[in-house]
Amino acid sequence: MSNLAVLPILLPLLAGIFLAFIHKKTKLVRILSKAFAIINLLVAGVIFMQVRNNGNIVLEMGSWDAPFGIVLVADLLAMTLVFTTNIIAVASVFFAPQSLSEKEESFYFYTFFFMLISGVSGAFLTGDLFNLFVFFEVLLMASYGLIVLGNGKAQLRESIKYVLINLFSSMLFVTTIAFLYSVVGTVNMAQAAQRVHEVEQQGILTTIAILFFFVFATKAAVFPLYYWLPRPYISPNPVVSALFGALLTKVGVYSILRTFTLIFNQEVELTHTLFIYLAALTMIFGVVGALSTNNIKLIVAYNIIPAVGFMLMGIGIFTEVSITGTIYYLVHDMVIKGALFILVGATAYVAGTSDLRKMGGLIHHYPVLGWLMFLASLVLAGIPPFSGFIGKLLLLRGGLGEEEIFIVIIALISSLLILFSMIRIFISGYWGEKMDIPVPERKKKGKRMALPAAGLLTVSILLGVGAEWFFPTIEIIAQYMMDPELYIDSVLKE
Amino acid sequence: MEIIMAILAGILFTMGVYNLLQKQLLRIIIGTGLISHGAHLFILTMGELKTGAPPVLTEGVENYTDPLPQALILTSIVISFGVTSLLLVLAYRAAKINGTDNMEQLRGNDYE
Repeated sequence: MSNLAVLPILLPLLAGIFLAFIHKKTKLVRILSKAFAIINLLVAGVIFMQVRNNGNIVLEMGSWDAPFGIVLVADLLAMTLVFTTNIIAVASVFFAPQSLSEKEESFYFYTFFFMLISGVSGAFLTGDLFNLFVFFEVLLMASYGLIVLGNGKAQLRESIKYVLINLFSSMLFVTTIAFLYSVVGTVNMAQAAQRVHEVEQQGILTTIAILFFFVFATKAAVFPLYYWLPRPYISPNPVVSALFGALLTKVGVYSILRTFTLIFNQEVELTHTLFIYLAALTMIFGVVGALSTNNIKLIVAYNIIPAVGFMLMGIGIFTEVSITGTIYYLVHDMVIKGALFILVGATAYVAGTSDLRKMGGLIHHYPVLGWLMFLASLVLAGIPPFSGFIGKLLLLRGGLGEEEIFIVIIALISSLLILFSMIRIFISGYWGEKMDIPVPERKKKGKRMALPAAGLLTVSILLGVGAEWFFPTIEIIAQYMMDPELYIDSVLKE
Repeated sequence: MEIIMAILAGILFTMGVYNLLQKQLLRIIIGTGLISHGAHLFILTMGELKTGAPPVLTEGVENYTDPLPQALILTSIVISFGVTSLLLVLAYRAAKINGTDNMEQLRGNDYE
């Protein structure tokens, strides 16, 4: 039974390897990869229901008992995120043939794609810090492959910076794990959480906590470590941008959420106050970046940053309500960022440019795309009754409950500015004078591009309108996160 | 012994960061290699170094070396090998297509 936990990692891995052998038969590969993605989604759904009904699934690899071997822990938080990841994967697989050229597809796009999904799922599921590093590397290696796909001038230039930044933070991650190992004598998260209470010197543990935060914050693009993010995210193909925007920074946020609720919950005043200040700065600087540019892809890429700020704010406030808000926002943000990147990719494709000043009146040619874009902007900014609103409401309620008025005000202002930055795309791109760019084959493709985004938007609207269905589960997760004993007991079985 | 190793790891980190801050692409890659070597040495040091002690605990053995850091290093070395070789290929392609290996000229201000 516990073997189920490995399936979300194993299935995409096998799919990726299998598709590498037949990479030249494009049509077959397309059908097969869609099938694999859907099967994977169903499997993740089944495991999610299992975990929801029967509690955590803990898989001890090679039958080594928990603190000695590697464990995979499928708890509700991990499975929720794995399930969301697979929703993004299905949408991306349907978007890929429209977005990529046939040559790019045959150059192992689907192999890298499934490896990325495998790495992301692994990072969510693992219960061992060193294994987290290994899965980070798995997903980063796949992302290096994806970012250079197409071999463009800008892509190669930006990919070098992306690889270097990630390599540096990975090496720091290994060093920090070594520090933690020397202090608590384990790399298993549950055992580390247990032993952290027994260590006499809290000072060194706080230092290690900050080092871990530095590593995860680099991956999650928290102020001031976000500078690397926007450009590498927009230089590759739109489908790759959608995958990156939806998944990669969220792995960083998940790692912060996991380690700082489970292991480093000792000196809350210091670390979590730091989080609140950094969250405020992240929101402000991200939004300023989004307002500063006329490139529609860059606007969406900059909008990743304030979203990370919102999630970090929830972790910083550190009450049950705010953690609920963070998890809700995390799921919402994965879905909506996927949809938005697909939509701006489609917009840039049909307009033939990604410069806002050169486009206008697209709504006359592409009404569906235009209204989807409008809807997506509202969802992102958190207009009720969409999903962004529920997450933000919970976060703000958490903030007010702890009397953190300052961060609440900044969050409200930055939400308004996010709406402004997004609606600018709609106003100057889709509104206005009719532009004469009716290229017929683009029109047909543009319509097909809207389909996966519409699917993701439906999920996102369901998350908002049907909040009553999802809310109890997410509340259970938050209660579980606030009580590390539950995690420790389920892994170490004492 | 640990002190010497820690200092050596520190020197490797220093050299690595110095090389990372250069303009030439190849020197940056050498910098990343040095940093990862430093990190590996550092893991080894953290498990406490003992000469001549067996890495496995069996009956009758009082003094043993911690095998876990060695397992961790092995994984980490393989990963850094892979990333370094990928980075070398990437740098070669980037330098060839962009016509320069100077980071100043690879800034990318053409999005606006």
